[in-house]
Amino acid sequence: MDYIIEMLNIRKEFPGIVANDDITLQIRKTEIHALLGENGAGKSTLMSVLFGLYKPEAGSIKLRGKEVNISDPKTASRLGIGMVHQHFKLVEDFTVLENITLGAETVKNGFLKMDEARKKVMALSNRYKLYIDPDAKVSSITVGMQQRVEILKMLYRDNEILIFDEPTAVLTPQEIDELMGIMRELSKEGKSLIFITHKLEEIKKVADRVTVLRRGKGIGTYNVKDVTKEFLSEMMVGRKVQFTVDKKDIPPKEVIFEVKNLSMKTKGTTRNALNNISFKVRKNEIVCIAGIDGNGQSELVYALTGLKHFDEGHILVNGEDWTKKSIRYRNSHGMSHIPEDRHKYGLVLEYSMAYNLILQSYFMERFQKYSFLKKKNIYSYSDSLIGKFDIRSGQGSQTVTRSMSGGNQQKVILAREIDKNPSIMIAVQPARGLDVGATEFIHKQLVAQRDAGKGVLLISLELEEVMNLSDRILVIYEGELVGELDPKKVTIQELGLYMAGAKRDEVKA
Amino acid sequence: MNNQNPINQFLDRLSRKKGTASLISSLTAIGIGLVIGLIILLITNPEESIAGFFTMLSGGFNDGTRSFGNVFYIATPIIMTGLAVGFAFKTGLFNIGASGQFIVGAYVAVLIGVKLPVLGGFQWVVGIFAAMIAGAIWGAIPGLLKAFLNVHEVIASIMMNYIGMFMVNYLIKQTVLNVYTNRSLPVAVTANIPKMGLTTIFPGSSINGGLLIAILFVILMYIILEKTTFGYELKACGHNRFAAKYAGINETRSIVLSMAIAGMLAGVGGALFYLSGAGVYIEVVDVMAAQGFTGISVSLLGMSNPIGILFSGIFIAWLQIGGFYMQRYSFVPEFIQIITAIIIYCSAASLLIRNYMELKQLKKDEKLSNIAQSDTADIVNGKKEGGKN
Repeated sequence: MDYIIEMLNIRKEFPGIVANDDITLQIRKTEIHALLGENGAGKSTLMSVLFGLYKPEAGSIKLRGKEVNISDPKTASRLGIGMVHQHFKLVEDFTVLENITLGAETVKNGFLKMDEARKKVMALSNRYKLYIDPDAKVSSITVGMQQRVEILKMLYRDNEILIFDEPTAVLTPQEIDELMGIMRELSKEGKSLIFITHKLEEIKKVADRVTVLRRGKGIGTYNVKDVTKEFLSEMMVGRKVQFTVDKKDIPPKEVIFEVKNLSMKTKGTTRNALNNISFKVRKNEIVCIAGIDGNGQSELVYALTGLKHFDEGHILVNGEDWTKKSIRYRNSHGMSHIPEDRHKYGLVLEYSMAYNLILQSYFMERFQKYSFLKKKNIYSYSDSLIGKFDIRSGQGSQTVTRSMSGGNQQKVILAREIDKNPSIMIAVQPARGLDVGATEFIHKQLVAQRDAGKGVLLISLELEEVMNLSDRILVIYEGELVGELDPKKVTIQELGLYMAGAKRDEVKA
Repeated sequence: MNNQNPINQFLDRLSRKKGTASLISSLTAIGIGLVIGLIILLITNPEESIAGFFTMLSGGFNDGTRSFGNVFYIATPIIMTGLAVGFAFKTGLFNIGASGQFIVGAYVAVLIGVKLPVLGGFQWVVGIFAAMIAGAIWGAIPGLLKAFLNVHEVIASIMMNYIGMFMVNYLIKQTVLNVYTNRSLPVAVTANIPKMGLTTIFPGSSINGGLLIAILFVILMYIILEKTTFGYELKACGHNRFAAKYAGINETRSIVLSMAIAGMLAGVGGALFYLSGAGVYIEVVDVMAAQGFTGISVSLLGMSNPIGILFSGIFIAWLQIGGFYMQRYSFVPEFIQIITAIIIYCSAASLLIRNYMELKQLKKDEKLSNIAQSDTADIVNGKKEGGKN
């Protein structure tokens, strides 16, 4: 079988770490080849080598059997290698057509000849069923269409090898299905695809072969048909992983947290960021707010935690009206908040781990006397949490938080918020950017909180997480709750319809 | 992993201290600054350059105890303005207004020094306290503007410099003008800060108890920043105002208080300088107090750390005295400003050096933990290889 591109025995070192250690990746013509690995396994480094962004210490790259030297991204593009980045690289104020041709415009005597470009783009669009509106501004089109624009960009440049970097992260289930169809179509038309992901479902659905990376090493290449999901995950993580968290059936008890008719206006527009939102969270219950990013989740969290004022509505905790309570009051009277952006809100990165663990309690009697910090108590408290939550770092409590890994930073926040012994825990995207192991840990902790009689409000974009953890799902769409669903009864497809705004029910609190 | 011997272990521990990295980078900056200074001297006046250079370096040694004492006398006000800039900076605010805060404090101190000899032995104490309040008010105004109207503190505090200077000029003319010299009247003897025995150590110099007061403030600021919940709050706001808000810290209050304290420090600096009994008077000229801007240099060189500011203040004063004695050769004392400027540029660059050092340390730790991990993996797999370090 002919290989279109081969990366042979690639080794790339950074000071102190080997990011790619003797990795071989061989892509056959017209196949969809998945590259599977956790965060930090070396996937991006390997692709950067292929793109000419990094020069490998050892190894070679062969294109159609001939060795090539890819010294920079331009060479890669000339050789027919294209990539859809996880975060799209589009000019918001340009039209779709302008974005596709950008950098490869058709010119005559120094003047743009957009007609020819338009013809070519439309032909490609029809041929591959990539529906776009060439004259719409990128800022006004959906994420799914933006992705199609990115794909067309590669096709317009006649790229033969197409790299998709975590392309499904931003899509709804329906859009994911559509993308899978497009990918199959592309491979049928003779393109070769590299599909970077850590989602096993999608590999099973669309890929022909898969190469697994773990900690910078190539673990192996398999035919997708021949292997199970469980096998792949074990290869990826290096041990057996539990996909679903064990959750006992506990009937939820009394209401602990209640939101009544909450509305928040957006400055300068007539549309509300949040519109008449009401719901309840009970003891021993994980309520999940599902939705596509940007449908009012952040605003809702800001309103509930006191970070932003809202215009109408009430918040009740244990029957007490918290609508006008300060952030400090909420923090110290039973509300925990795992923020979406842990670097912006959750941590003072310049502070030590110990100082971050007391971020909301430094003023309490056990940590200060006459407003002098009791360092001994602070550090022994920190040491105890490090043990309890298995937080790993270079220098223990003294470690500057910035130097810690993402998973351990999140554990610091988790430790702080759980140790507060809250009545209601608001967790926003708690596993964002974490690898499988850390995700598993965080999920277990959240379920443990629920079992211990707390109410948990989980705001998540990850459907797997939603289906796995929640006892009840609320779907948010354009600032309104449009559905209340039972995770045991609803399918992912149906959930997707609610998230996309195609289906809605009346939600009663 | 060959750090087994105690010296290496000690060096390793030392290099992990943040202070060590700061010190090394500051010293590097000074070294580079001096070398470039020497080159400039060589270009402008090759014959006298070496002699001039060593005169500058000799600083306080040029004229025995007199010049040595004067180093501390010059250092006193710029330590205070350095603290004013550094304290604000630690809390995330850039206080360019030390000059205005300094002169406002100076005026109030001089006013009390001239008009209230009835206070007797307490006159200088009252003068300093009044200067504290005046400086605090002058600093709080940009703080309030920032906290409530989101006016950037750099703009506001620059404006307050001009307002302060012209207002003090006006007020001196109205209240304490010496019409013959066009400057403020001499303060009463009881308004001068006592020598506190320092002149017996450094006879012939203008050193006075102000130095001890400045050191007291250095220690105070260090304690506030490092040991108290108040400092914890201020620094949290400075590093990450979003996280501070999330933690329930009152951000507006922190900004106003931080600027008020910064202003108070500069105000005290003004009092310490003009109540020094060294025969200095506030001149009615349209020039801003230089100590305010030197404070920025002092703070940058001292990495905004109170203890660092104490030493960098003394160091810059040392150079200034050295520059004074460079006039023995055909050099102007303003040359010192060039050297100081170069050192400040280098110390900004030295932040890069410090970051590099921290990064290197980080990588080293990562490598060690990687090795540690693979070691345990080897042990688990039962193929431990001995003597690999």
